[in-house]
Amino acid sequence: MANSALARSGSVKAASSNDAVVQVRDVCKNYGDIEALRGINLEFERGNLTTLLGPSGCGKTTLLKIIAGLVPATSGEIRVNGRAVTAPGPERAFVFQDFALMPWATVLRNIGFGLELKGVTAAERDRTARRYIEQVGLAGFEQKYPHELSGGMRQRVGIARAFAVNADVLLLDEPFSAVDEQNRRKFQEDLLRLVELEKKTFIFVTHSIEEAVYVSDRIVLLSPRPGRVSQIIDPMIDRTASPDDIRRDAVYLDVVEEIWQGLRQYAE
Amino acid sequence: MTLFGRRIPMMTSLIFWLLVWEIVGRLEVMFLIPPITSIVAAGLNLVQTASWQSASLITLRAFIYGMALAIVVGVPLGVLMGRVRVIDNIFGLWVNMFVSAPLSALVPILMILFGMGETTVVVTVFLFAVWIIVLDARAGVMQAPTSLIEMGRSYGASRWTIFTKIILLSALPEILAGIRIGLIRGVKGVVIGQILVSIIGYGELFELYSRSFDMERFWALTMLLFAAAMLLSAGVEHFEKRIEYYAGVR
Ligand SMILES: Nc1ncnc2c1ncn2[C@@H]1O[C@H](COP(=O)(O)OP(=O)(O)OP(=O)(O)O)[C@@H](O)[C@H]1O
Ligand SMILES: [Mg+2]
Repeated sequence: MANSALARSGSVKAASSNDAVVQVRDVCKNYGDIEALRGINLEFERGNLTTLLGPSGCGKTTLLKIIAGLVPATSGEIRVNGRAVTAPGPERAFVFQDFALMPWATVLRNIGFGLELKGVTAAERDRTARRYIEQVGLAGFEQKYPHELSGGMRQRVGIARAFAVNADVLLLDEPFSAVDEQNRRKFQEDLLRLVELEKKTFIFVTHSIEEAVYVSDRIVLLSPRPGRVSQIIDPMIDRTASPDDIRRDAVYLDVVEEIWQGLRQYAE
Repeated sequence: MTLFGRRIPMMTSLIFWLLVWEIVGRLEVMFLIPPITSIVAAGLNLVQTASWQSASLITLRAFIYGMALAIVVGVPLGVLMGRVRVIDNIFGLWVNMFVSAPLSALVPILMILFGMGETTVVVTVFLFAVWIIVLDARAGVMQAPTSLIEMGRSYGASRWTIFTKIILLSALPEILAGIRIGLIRGVKGVVIGQILVSIIGYGELFELYSRSFDMERFWALTMLLFAAAMLLSAGVEHFEKRIEYYAGVR
């Protein structure tokens, strides 16, 4: 189905270990009797955006939280920059599906909260927070409270907070799922710009095949529970084209189709 | 102006019932119901008497002591119950039992324990107010969103920091709501306590007026109490509104 010259699918690419910022080795996760993840092996390279895609309940959030150190793996290990980790650390930042903003704090304080917890001085964290407020397009909203913002703006705060701590790895769990379609497209374009700008490692979870193909350097398809890596796809989209051209591009459409065929077996 | 639209009928209804009261009072149907105008006159006269002023002071003091105790004990206990399973198991049953128990029935026992004086009234206020404060603080702490706690953890907050900077602040609206309801129950407590002890504060005055059939003063005192309770509640509500930025999440 897919044009294999343009979109490579295959097993895990053997990355030289100095490129791999995050390594997931033989990770399994059981919640009591429920086997959520089985034998996950993945590597994530610097400057790349990898999307985890799969049917609902296949363990995408679980895998992301294991990498974040928020949920312990039942077996296997996570290495970040070569070191095994079991708890959250400053080299990883999480963007939450429900934004996880403190309702009693202003936009400025929310964005600076990661820095506040690190013990950065007020003046310093305000300066950093303001820079990212600018970058995510929230200038003028510094003193607003979360309930005064739209869903899309709230997630911009969540993203700015993650960027402000200057982590190497950004973990995003369906960050745009609560955002309407127009804003979602704008978001995707902004995300691509930030990936370009920040040279960080992004691990992204989404339900949308189009979104995955549009933003990802690599897409990991997970099978239904117990989640396993079923396929890895490198979309190889030419991102120099305009957003609208990309969405009409034959390669883009082929990859979307290929993933749809891959996921369809689970839907039936 | 919906507020304006709502206010007018409320005021008219109040005026209507006051008029009915006045007419019934003037007709002298029942000695229990004197005309409103003479109650107001009695009230104005009452607040200038030394006996009312000293009774008010005693009442206010018992109320403040009892409430302070209820808040100082209730909020930490509720917070602990919301966070520590063992403590919740130890106290949960008792708190739930007392929150809906007819506490007035306990006052005679309190009189035996604490004597016929102010201590009994303070303890009554405490017992009336504390349980709802405990329950609301507990509920607030337990409702702290998991994703906010995970957010704190993911940015490296210690357990203590998460507790002080996230959980307590998330619980603040519930804690305040508990205190507001506790205040109103505390007013009930102070009145019931004093009436049952009946030799101090407003209890003594109520006793005196009802024994001498001084209905004007009796009603004036009752209305003053109602007004005080409503003012208190409105005050806390105003404070709750000032932190309205919580409204967005709930
Ligand atoms: N805390 C938990 N306790 C028990 N089971 C859990 C827990 N968290 C997740 N699970 C189960 O593990 C499986 C994977 O859940 P997870 O949330 O990771 O899936 P997901 O791929 O993110 O799903 P979705 O696409 O709906 O967000 C699900 O079957 C879920 O019911
Ligand atoms: Mg999920």
